[in-house]
Amino acid sequence: MKDTPLSNCERDFILKAIEEKKRLDGRQTYDFRRIKITFGTDYGCCFVDLGKTRVMAQVSCELVAPKESRPNEGIMFFNIELSPMASPAFEQGRQSELSVKLNRQLERCLRNSKCIDTESLCVVAGEKVWQIRVDVSMLNNDGNLMDAASVAAITALCHFRRPDVGIQGDEVTVYSPEERDPIPLSIYHMPISISFSFFQQGTFLLVDPCEREERVMDGLLMIAMNKHREICSIQSSGGIMLLKEQVMRCSKIAAVKVSEITELISKALLNDRTARKAGGRCGFAESMPQERITALKTDETLMETSDVTERANDIVEKAGAPPQTVPSPLVPAPGVGQVSQGQQNTWGLQEEDEDDDDDDDEQNGKETKMETEPQEEEKGAGDVVEISDSEEEEVVILTSETSGQAKNADSSSHQKRAAASKRRPKK
Amino acid sequence: MEVCESSKVSLREFGCEQNLLSRPDGSASFVQGDTSVMAGVYGPAEVKVSKEIYDRATLEVLIQPKVGLPTVRERSQEQCIRETCEASLLLSLHPRSSLTLVLQVLHDDGSLLSCFLNAACMALMDAGLPMSCLFCGVTCAINTDGQIITDPTAAQEKESRALMTFAIDCAKRRVLMSSTKGSFSVHELQQCIAVSQKASEKIFQFYRDSVRRRYSKNL
Repeated sequence: MKDTPLSNCERDFILKAIEEKKRLDGRQTYDFRRIKITFGTDYGCCFVDLGKTRVMAQVSCELVAPKESRPNEGIMFFNIELSPMASPAFEQGRQSELSVKLNRQLERCLRNSKCIDTESLCVVAGEKVWQIRVDVSMLNNDGNLMDAASVAAITALCHFRRPDVGIQGDEVTVYSPEERDPIPLSIYHMPISISFSFFQQGTFLLVDPCEREERVMDGLLMIAMNKHREICSIQSSGGIMLLKEQVMRCSKIAAVKVSEITELISKALLNDRTARKAGGRCGFAESMPQERITALKTDETLMETSDVTERANDIVEKAGAPPQTVPSPLVPAPGVGQVSQGQQNTWGLQEEDEDDDDDDDEQNGKETKMETEPQEEEKGAGDVVEISDSEEEEVVILTSETSGQAKNADSSSHQKRAAASKRRPKK
Repeated sequence: MEVCESSKVSLREFGCEQNLLSRPDGSASFVQGDTSVMAGVYGPAEVKVSKEIYDRATLEVLIQPKVGLPTVRERSQEQCIRETCEASLLLSLHPRSSLTLVLQVLHDDGSLLSCFLNAACMALMDAGLPMSCLFCGVTCAINTDGQIITDPTAAQEKESRALMTFAIDCAKRRVLMSSTKGSFSVHELQQCIAVSQKASEKIFQFYRDSVRRRYSKNL
């Protein structure tokens, strides 16, 4: 399904508004939309709402053999899935340009910045390491997917706990969460990607573009930075020439935004930790808003099921027993078994019934009898039956049946005899 | 054989939120205990020529697992849900158009297929698509003692001898779809259907309540 195109007047309107320092949703130039971070029931599951943009990240782990070049380092794997739920333009299972771009940026932001201690993920050097897999799925696309995805991914990684392992000699034991408390990943710093969109060849700059703004922008600059003001990656796309001052200004804005978001993430993580410690239920079900009229929740409901047995009995009785079938396997030839219909040909019987009606048919019947005689003779005469012989027989039968006239049948039977007589000298 | 009359015949607390995503034409999230699913519907919209059906709309159901790509299991669930939706949607009113239903697993704690069905129905309702009737999904598990458990958790599913999921329509409580696993007798099947039909009344009442709340002026 194609995305709805943006009309010219919409485009002009948005650009005009930006020139007048106004945004569609009433934000200021450097304002981020509201960020909301919630956690799922299991470890390493995180939902991020950035305005109306909604992203889910899930971290999972698996024991695998390490890469040969790095035998004592764990493996990080990132996958951004552009689910068709997020936008009608996204297709399932197809690597679009956008998904490649987002995946690459997330990898550069989180893997190449060495924010996760991969050496601590090694179990047995050269044999077994943990592979940490981060799946980010987009649920709703309202612009700036990258920032939401990077926040979701790093928060999910911070929230994730991997199972503890014990090594005794050559044996590696993976303990379940009940046996031993799972271990969090060791994370050095939290890089967060901040997007800047440029309009009118870089004259105007907006932070956190929404979907409409993304459609009319000329260029995009993504800066991944941690709270220590260390830049982890910079990516500029869209082919606009940026001045040095602009990049510097963007990096200053990014530093402020990153420290705000990092603060939010650590607060959210702390909240979740205390909630889990208190033993309360947490997860998506709990984060569902109660105060909206579009949402409704009920408590556990009991059901009255006293008459269920009776109803089931009724139905079974009404249906009655299935008809008794007599198993009648047939063995037409050694090694072949056959059951069910079609064991015997009943067509011949029907033909006999029809024979009573017409004279012609009676004659036909005679003819067929006549034909059968020489066949029997042949079979009696020699045990070698040639293929050409059988073909002739078929031809004879066809002509006699289609014409249905005695003359033809006669002539054909003559031919047949002739053919038979021809063959005899051969033997 | 003598089953039921037990406290296990209950439905976990369930919740639903409609219209929570801005992009899809209809969206809903459905929660049964800890099992949660999000659904988004797009359509009726333009259809690919290869998928066009001349006298009705093409319905596509996609299930997104939480980790990795969809597997055979998801594909078979997609088919179950698609056939159920096709039975209740009036697809002939939108010939040569496409409907896309995307279901995202948020957390799996048992009875996932029934949660998919409920979320799908709520999302289709939210999208305002014409339907001949509503439907809901109920999962029943028969444990080793022969007791029927409705809306089982993942742990209960694991211990069960048989697992059945039925889609039930709201008009005559007929079974639109059934998907079963494990072995059971004819009698047990009929019992489970009867239990599911009972449970469906509760779910349809919940549908009714949530839609009433949605179109009311106050909370």
